[in-house]
Amino acid sequence: MVRLLFALLSGSLFGAGLLVSGMTDTTKVQGWLDIFGDWDPTLAFVMGGAMIPMALAWRIAARRRSALTGAPFPPAPSTRIDRKLILGSVAFGAGWGLAGLCPGPSIAALGFAGPPLYVFVAAMLAGMAIAPYLRTHLDKALPAE
Amino acid sequence: MHIDWILGLIGGLLIGTAGAVFLLFNGRIMGASGLIGGLVDGSARADRLQNAVFLAGVALMPLLLLPLYGEADTHITGSIPVLVAAGLLVGIGTRIANGCTSGHGVCGISRLSLRGIVATLVYIVAGGVSVVIFRHLLGAI
Repeated sequence: MVRLLFALLSGSLFGAGLLVSGMTDTTKVQGWLDIFGDWDPTLAFVMGGAMIPMALAWRIAARRRSALTGAPFPPAPSTRIDRKLILGSVAFGAGWGLAGLCPGPSIAALGFAGPPLYVFVAAMLAGMAIAPYLRTHLDKALPAE
Repeated sequence: MHIDWILGLIGGLLIGTAGAVFLLFNGRIMGASGLIGGLVDGSARADRLQNAVFLAGVALMPLLLLPLYGEADTHITGSIPVLVAAGLLVGIGTRIANGCTSGHGVCGISRLSLRGIVATLVYIVAGGVSVVIFRHLLGAI
């Protein structure tokens, strides 16, 4: 129950941050990616700002045995750079540039963006539903390097 | 400094604080694609409710803040083929790469995760190429 409250708090802060930073505006995202157009540096400020509390949190986490609700911390990050990471990121980046939306902002804007966003989110959910099958297929087609 | 940059920085600090709360209190990584995808493919298991509550917060908080803004325009395209293609690419890509801008970007880079850094570089370059191709070469967006 306590964890649900912190999940709600965290989600609310995330939603507020996405709105305030302008990341629910697709033109700001595409403006940042478009180095040949009228380049918009906002996204760099958002990323930089987000890194500060998050880097501090990782440092605090490193000195603790478990999270404050008693939950275990995530394991140390894998260092494995495989084809799934690269191919997946290429596909994600292509879609991100195409619509100017990534998963977080697409949920944050759900209440006010109108029908076009429903189409995007429905397609994104469909993509997420078929991804496990593609992942299995990729594992078979591209055996471990 | 441009007001949008300052708002970007403030919003970024809020996003980072959200990630810090999720990590320090619940021991979890705030990755939007993982939180959504875990519900879609069932991999969230016992964390289902936590993911759903988190995402409800993400969707509802902007609605509470919106009266302060008047309106927030997403400038989203009205083209169905573009929306469907982009949605599928984002959904499939983030789940195969196991992370997006929040998970690999914000949470990964801030702990100097090699996978997070590599993924972020790759999706930024792919995003830039995508905008160049679809906006400047094809004029589609």
